[in-house]
Amino acid sequence: MTLKNTTRRGVLKGGALAGAGLAMPQILTAASHAGYTNAPQGADVTLGFNVPQSGPYADEGADELRAYELAVEHLNGGGDGGMMNTFKVSGGNSMLKGNGILGKEVKYVTGDTQTKSDAARASAKSMIEKDGAIMITGGSSSGVAIAVQGLCQEAGVIFMAGLTHSNDTTGKDKKANGFRHFFNGYMSAAALAPVLEKMYGADRTAYHLTADYTWGWTQQESIQAATEAKGWKTANNVLTPLATTDFSSYVAPVLNSGADILVLNHYGGNMINSLTSAVQFGLRDKQVNGKNFEIVVPLYSRLMARGAGENVKGIFGSTNWHWSLQDEGSKAFVKSFGTKYGFPPSQAAHTVYCQTMLYANACETAGTFNPCGVVEAMEGLEFDGLGNGPTTYRAADHQCFKDVLVVKGKENPTSEFDVLEVVEVTPRAQVEYAPDHPMFAGGDLGACNPGA
Amino acid sequence: MDALLLQILNGLDKGSAYALIALGLTLIFGTLGVVNFAHGALFMIGAFCSVTLNKILNLSTVTLDATQKDFLGNPLKVKTPYVESWFGEAAGQSIIDWSVPLAIIFAIPVMLAIGVIMERGLIKHFYKRPHADQILVTFGLAIVLQEVVKAFFGANPIQTPAPDALDGVMDLGGAIGLQLSYPVWRITYFFFAMAVIGGVFAFLRFTTFGMVVRAGMADRETVGLLGINIDKKFTIMFGIAAAVAGLAGVMYTPINPPNYHWGMDFLVLSFVVVVVGGMGSLPGAVLAGFLLGILESFASTTWATTTIPGINQIIIYLVAIIILLVRPRGLMGRAGVMEE
Repeated sequence: MTLKNTTRRGVLKGGALAGAGLAMPQILTAASHAGYTNAPQGADVTLGFNVPQSGPYADEGADELRAYELAVEHLNGGGDGGMMNTFKVSGGNSMLKGNGILGKEVKYVTGDTQTKSDAARASAKSMIEKDGAIMITGGSSSGVAIAVQGLCQEAGVIFMAGLTHSNDTTGKDKKANGFRHFFNGYMSAAALAPVLEKMYGADRTAYHLTADYTWGWTQQESIQAATEAKGWKTANNVLTPLATTDFSSYVAPVLNSGADILVLNHYGGNMINSLTSAVQFGLRDKQVNGKNFEIVVPLYSRLMARGAGENVKGIFGSTNWHWSLQDEGSKAFVKSFGTKYGFPPSQAAHTVYCQTMLYANACETAGTFNPCGVVEAMEGLEFDGLGNGPTTYRAADHQCFKDVLVVKGKENPTSEFDVLEVVEVTPRAQVEYAPDHPMFAGGDLGACNPGA
Repeated sequence: MDALLLQILNGLDKGSAYALIALGLTLIFGTLGVVNFAHGALFMIGAFCSVTLNKILNLSTVTLDATQKDFLGNPLKVKTPYVESWFGEAAGQSIIDWSVPLAIIFAIPVMLAIGVIMERGLIKHFYKRPHADQILVTFGLAIVLQEVVKAFFGANPIQTPAPDALDGVMDLGGAIGLQLSYPVWRITYFFFAMAVIGGVFAFLRFTTFGMVVRAGMADRETVGLLGINIDKKFTIMFGIAAAVAGLAGVMYTPINPPNYHWGMDFLVLSFVVVVVGGMGSLPGAVLAGFLLGILESFASTTWATTTIPGINQIIIYLVAIIILLVRPRGLMGRAGVMEE
C-alpha cells in the first residue's frame, strides 16, 4: 500500500484535528462533567480568595488573607484546628474532619480586588476560568462584594462574602449563590441606637457625613431611622465623595449647624480622616444646646480604630466581632491566629475564616461541591461556636443573624491592639428584621445557578 | 458671617498646601522644562519623613510586665522609648510630642538629597525627550515610590499628631462678637507656608544664586554662554523644589494622617493649580493655590452642594477648563506659554 497525495502540511492538519478531537472530552469535563462549574476532578479542590491586596483597604485584605491561609491549614488537618474544634451545627459537631473538603486537599488562589468593582470582577473571573476556583470569597467593600456576587451568580459558583456591611448585599442585590456572614447597616443601627439614647438622651440633633456609595447610603438610612425612632432629629446629611482626603470643609459647617451629634458614616481611610478633622475642629470639646457635642462612628474596625489613634477614645460604634470576646470559639481563633502571626485577628479576618469553615461544612453536609447542593445545606443552617453565639443563615436572603457588638474607643489602652472595648453584646433578637423590610426590598434571591 | 469666614480660613489652609506643592512643581518646570509627575510623591515622602522620625523617637526597650497580660495571656511587653531612658520621662515625652516640627530639620537634607538623586539619576536623561516621555517616566517613578512606602508603612493612614501646645482650637472671633474658632495647627500651617513661600521668593530675588537661576529660566543658553554651569544650579533648584514639597508634607501630617497614596491625591490638584496660575509662574502658582483652596472650600458647603449637586468634586476642574479656554497662559503666565 502506498500513500498517495500525502503532504507534510496535510499530515500536520490531520494530526491537529485528531488531537483536538481527542482533547475535546477532557476540555469539556472540567466544566460540565458533574453538571456544575469547575467540578473538582483530582485530589484537590481550589478556592479563590479575592481580597484587596493594594489600594486603601490593603491592610484589611492582608488580614483576610492571613485568616484564609489559617482556615485552609486547619481544613487540611494542620495547626491546632482553631475554631474547627468549637464549630457546632444544629446541636452536633460540624462535619469537618481536618482531611480537606470531601476528602480533597484544599488549595487556593488569590486575586487583588484593588477595592475596585471592575478589578474585583476581573480577578474573580480569572480565578474561576483559569484557575478552576469552585468558590470565590473575600472583599472589604460593599460595592466590590455586590459586583463579585453578581458575577459568581452568573458563573455558577458560590460567593462567600467577606467584609461587606451594606444592606443591599443581602437586600436588593441578594443572589442565591451569595452568602453573608458579616452583619449589616440595619443591624448596626438597631444595636447602637438604644445605647446612644441611654448615653446621650433622646433630645439630640444629628448631623450626618456619609460616604457616597452603597454602603454609606444604607448605613446612613439605617442609623437615621433608628435614632429618629428614639426621638433624635436629623439636621442634615451630606454625602462625601469616597476619594475625599481632607474633610475639613465638610466638618466646618457642622460647627454652626445647631447639631449636637456628628454621625460619621465613613469607613477605612475616610473614617480616619473625617474623625481626625472633626476632633481637630474641637467638636468633642464643644457644647451645643447645653449638651456636650458627641461623635458616633456606626461601623468600627479595630484596624482603622488603630489608625485613628487617640481620636477614637470614648466614641461609640458597632462591630461584628472583637478579639477580646471570651467564648470558646473566639478564644480558639485568637490563640490560633495570634500564635501564627503575633497579633490578634481583626473582624475582617474573623468573618472570612468563618465563611471558609461554613462553606466547607456545607459541602460536607451536601456531599458535593455542586453550588445548588451547597445552597441547600447552607440555607437555614443553625450553628454555634464561631464567636458570635448561636447563629442562623436565613434562607430567605442568605444573611447571617447573630449577636452584634456595641463598642467604644478605649480610654486607657494597654497595647496598640487594645483600642476598642465591648460595651454591650446586643442579642440577635434585637437586630432581626423581616426579609421584606423596606430597607431590604426590591431584590430577588432567584434560584441557585450551578453553571456549566 | 461666621460660616463665611470659616470657609475662607479653611480655603486658606487648604490653599497653603496646594501653593507649596505647586510652587515646587512650577519651579522645576520653569528651570528644567520638565513636567514632573513624581512631585506629589515628594510631598508624600516628606510626610513619611515625619512618620519615620516619630517612629525613630519611639524606638524602645522592651520589658516584660508579669502583672499584665497580652492578648494570648503572656506577660505584657512594656515599651520604654530610648529618648525617655536617656533624657528622663518628661523631656523624652516632650521630644516625641514635638516630633513633627523636629521633622523639618530631618526632612530638609533628606528631601534635598532625594531631589538631587532623582534629577541626576533619572530625570536629566529625559530633558531632550518629548513631554509625553517625561510624564510617563515620572509617573512610573511616582508609582514605584508609593509602593515602596506602602511596603514599609502599610496602607492605612498613620496618626502623627501635632504637639500638645499647638493642638486644639483658637478663638478668633470672640473679640469681634463672632463665633469663630479654628484649629491652631491649621493656622500654624498657613503661617509656615507663607514663611516657606517668602523664603523661596527671597532666595530667588535677593541672592546671586537666585539671580542666576532667574536669568537661566528666562534664557538658559545665554547664561550658559557666560560660562555659568546652569545645569548644576538647576539641579540644586530641583533639590530645593523637592525640599519645599517635602516640608509641605511634613507639616501636613497632623492635619491629615498620611498614607502611601497621598502623592497621587495631591498630584492632579497641583497640576491644575500650576495650569491656572500659569506654567512657570511662581507668583501664579501661589495665587492659584490659595484661590482654588478657597473655591474648593466654598464648593463643599451644604448650600453649594444642594444648589449644584457634585459641584464640590468638579469645581477645580471647571476653573481649569475656563482658564484654558479664556486665558491659556494662566492667571500670571508669560505671554506665549501654552498659547501656541
